[in-house]
Amino acid sequence: MIAGSTTRAGPPADRPAAPRLDPAAIRAEFPILRQTVRGKPLVYLDNAATTQKPRAVIDAVRRYYEEDNANVHRGVHLLSERATRGYEEARVKVGRFVGARDPREVVFTRGTTESVNLVAQTFGRTRVGAGDEVLVTGMEHHSNIVPWQLLCAEKGAALKVVPVTDAGDLDLDALDRLLGPRTRILAVTQVSNALGTVNPLPEIVARAKAKGVPVLVDGAQGVPHLGFDVLASGADFYAFSGHKMYGPTGIGVLWGKREHLDAMPPWQGGGDMILSVTFEKTTWNALPYKYEAGTPHIAGAIGLGAAVDWLSGVGLAAIAAHEEALVARAVEALGEIPELRLFGTPRRRAAVVSFLLGDVHPHDLATILDRHGIAVRAGHHCAQPLMQRFGVAATARASFAAYNTLEDVDALVRGLQAAREVFA
Amino acid sequence: MSSELSDLYQEVVLDHGKHPRNFGPLEGATHHAEGLNPLCGDHFTVHAKVEDGVVREARFEGSGCAISKASASVMTGIVKGKTAAEIERIFERFHRLVTEGPAEGDEEDLGKLAVFGGVHDYPTRVKCASLAWHALRAALGGAREPVSTE
Repeated sequence: MIAGSTTRAGPPADRPAAPRLDPAAIRAEFPILRQTVRGKPLVYLDNAATTQKPRAVIDAVRRYYEEDNANVHRGVHLLSERATRGYEEARVKVGRFVGARDPREVVFTRGTTESVNLVAQTFGRTRVGAGDEVLVTGMEHHSNIVPWQLLCAEKGAALKVVPVTDAGDLDLDALDRLLGPRTRILAVTQVSNALGTVNPLPEIVARAKAKGVPVLVDGAQGVPHLGFDVLASGADFYAFSGHKMYGPTGIGVLWGKREHLDAMPPWQGGGDMILSVTFEKTTWNALPYKYEAGTPHIAGAIGLGAAVDWLSGVGLAAIAAHEEALVARAVEALGEIPELRLFGTPRRRAAVVSFLLGDVHPHDLATILDRHGIAVRAGHHCAQPLMQRFGVAATARASFAAYNTLEDVDALVRGLQAAREVFA
Repeated sequence: MSSELSDLYQEVVLDHGKHPRNFGPLEGATHHAEGLNPLCGDHFTVHAKVEDGVVREARFEGSGCAISKASASVMTGIVKGKTAAEIERIFERFHRLVTEGPAEGDEEDLGKLAVFGGVHDYPTRVKCASLAWHALRAALGGAREPVSTE
């Protein structure tokens, strides 16, 4: 037998069977989806804003408050021990989920926004000086633009922007040109929240690294669909939010390379982030506590740990395949609606479609869809520069998650047809 | 269209949204103000020509949803010949209409503005209906900064 060639039952090795998930079984785990909205079954297509929570996450949060609630890292009593264990186990789970080699590299924050601000205000403030450059892209969420603008304004540095092509992809040739000798950091999103573009991160990170530029990846939209491997990616920082990955709001993560987290100054001062305090001198606590001042969102972290368990149980590959089918159907069906304009035809898309219908304002569209029980987002998606790039003030956006079905896509299409009739 | 939707998107509203009246620049305007809704990007500039304390003419420019455009369109028609104090009273009545719903006597007192009675069922759309009003009130009050619904 030739090495590597084995006979076995099932699909050939080069085409593994697409992992499947059962949307009906998944939906049954989400209590909120059982309701009707305005007399219609809820069709929730605003997942890029926040996902719904499975029973496992809701139960984990409730159980914590009912059984274990106490402050962490302080008490010698049993409840504090249990709360601390739950909180730290969540850190280990979340770290493992994104491929971190050491849970001490996992800092709990309030969310992606706080994670980016933390890096801008610590790493950024020590690395960026007058005349230096910070590089972002034209498809960033405001939370990955404004913290850098604040930093640049403070330091007299310049904010540079990697342009977006008509298709909604990043212009990688321009990236090479913009990565210059004064570039101190590149901040780039894994997935565009407004267009669904999946950026070719390995390539982008490699190009930045070739010029010695550290990279922060905004994983808020990427992690629930594609996951992430922080080590394989080569990135220096990875920021994401719990509530977009089936976890609670108010909890997020900053993963950072150990060498950076060790070198960076603390951000916020307070309890838990210190080793010792005198009025003359304070010494910082070990990682990750140096960056976790004050009582953290313990229940949120535990809920996020449960969300990570839930995601791993269903399987990221199965979720990705399912969402790919949904978004493919959506792109096709929406493309057949007269006067419907889809924004972006990226090389790779994750779970998001952005569109306009004729000259109907997206807010009017969203109100009509809401009357059909369909929740979509209408607005600038906190990505005004990207909207300006496409010459619009706002779009309507449908975004998918594991519990959405092909019937949800059909409902969206029917809702859009109804909107056409109103505004004919 | 379901009855609730037709309450919001009445024929008059759809018509004014599609074919806004008093739309465009205003020559000889004495007062201007911008109104913007950062939530959805709606953005209007309202111009008014005021003589002897009376709004002789009002026009608006910009972009927005059907509700905000129709509201600006109807408003610019209704305020002609009114003083700032009269406009303030109409606005108060209008604001009550879009936040609390229709009350007795609205049809008579509010005239064409009564078509916005359906808005109160959609709290997120109240800002759309009042955007142009906020801009006009700011203009008459001598505002220098754009007014925001947030």
